[in-house]
Amino acid sequence: MLDALLQYRGQLLQGLEITLIVGVASFLFGFLIAAVLAPLAVYGNAITRRIIMGYVGLIRGLPELLVIFLVFYGGTVLLTKLVGEYVEVDALTAGIVSLAVVAAAYLTEILRGALLSVSAGQWEAALSLGFRRPRAFRLVILPQMMARALPGLGNQWLVILKESALVSVVGLEELMRKSVVAAGATHQPLAFYLAAAGLYVIVTAVSNLLFKAYETRLTVHLR
Amino acid sequence: MLSFELFLPAFLAVKNGFVLTLTITLASFVLGQILALPLALALNSDAKALRIPASTYTFLVRGSPLLVQLFIVYYGLGQIEAVRQSFLWPMLRSPIYCAILAIGLNSAAYSAELLAGAIRQLPPGQWEAGRALGLRSGILMLKIILPQAYRAILPAIGNELVLVMKGSTLASAVTVMEMTGAARVFVAKSYAPFETFLIAGVIYLLLGAVFGRVFRFIETRAAIPGR
Repeated sequence: MLDALLQYRGQLLQGLEITLIVGVASFLFGFLIAAVLAPLAVYGNAITRRIIMGYVGLIRGLPELLVIFLVFYGGTVLLTKLVGEYVEVDALTAGIVSLAVVAAAYLTEILRGALLSVSAGQWEAALSLGFRRPRAFRLVILPQMMARALPGLGNQWLVILKESALVSVVGLEELMRKSVVAAGATHQPLAFYLAAAGLYVIVTAVSNLLFKAYETRLTVHLR
Repeated sequence: MLSFELFLPAFLAVKNGFVLTLTITLASFVLGQILALPLALALNSDAKALRIPASTYTFLVRGSPLLVQLFIVYYGLGQIEAVRQSFLWPMLRSPIYCAILAIGLNSAAYSAELLAGAIRQLPPGQWEAGRALGLRSGILMLKIILPQAYRAILPAIGNELVLVMKGSTLASAVTVMEMTGAARVFVAKSYAPFETFLIAGVIYLLLGAVFGRVFRFIETRAAIPGR
């Protein structure tokens, strides 16, 4: 059992690298989208707010696997129609796009909640000190909002990391897919799936520690 | 781009998986909730021999993807000779039972942490009052602590049901033809991903909305009047 694991060690680590790339990329893209949507969901007009909350509600009710299939197969059909010949969406792009679309909805909700929890008095105080709105947002509101959003952001990162395993179903060669291939080749499914689970657990445990450490640094003023 | 004449055959194909989706969702949810209670009590236990295994379990389950857990149960367990000899083997050979087991075990870990947290949040006066009334610890738990803890996490349990429903789609990865699996097969035949997945998505949203309604109803029934 160990021999097989050692033999495929390189493959598994390569898979882990892809898993981390997909996770980080979709988290970043999701965060960028959410960073635009969340302030709009708080300060925007009624129609904008409606649309954004509709998007959030829609994504939260849809299974992630379905979103991945929709982006992967739908994207392929769309590209094929546009180009005029068969083009398959590359699994890495499909994975990052679909996870980012999902993550954006949850992150919007997290940032929106954090933004709402910063009291209106902070705005008033900053404006009365002569800050202009953008500067007041950046220097006064944003730091407080981020400190409150951090636990949620950390949680969402772990969710995305675990969801990235779903992209293996459309053939992306990440940790899960590599384990499936190795399990098939060696007839040792238990060893490889346990090893994969172990690697995911290590990544989540380390991420947890890092987020906790960062959180204690950000919330010094609250102690 | 959408062709409307495809919606009907897509609907007919997807609806075949509906019963399986519903079965897997409800069965895993019930299994998860049943296992969550002893697990939550163990998480809050004073005895290390109970607390450490329980917290290790929730740590491992919450730290790894559901898909890996499903594959460990479906493909991995059969590799162990003792499992193949056991009376459970006929069940563990079936992908549907494996999906229910894996999703249920996963949901149990999340629900147990929820419940354990809710029990810890109760004011200590509740325990003191119970003991002062001379209640034994089992009765105290059953009549005073758990009703309050469950009432507090009722919305979160409703959320968990929707999460379990979303998790049930993973069963398609172990050959179960529930809605997502059925949709994927139909897409391979018809080459109509938008129509098919949109219909599946709408059914999932409706199902989630129904679950939400049911839980809101239970919440109003369980709420203490005047509070």
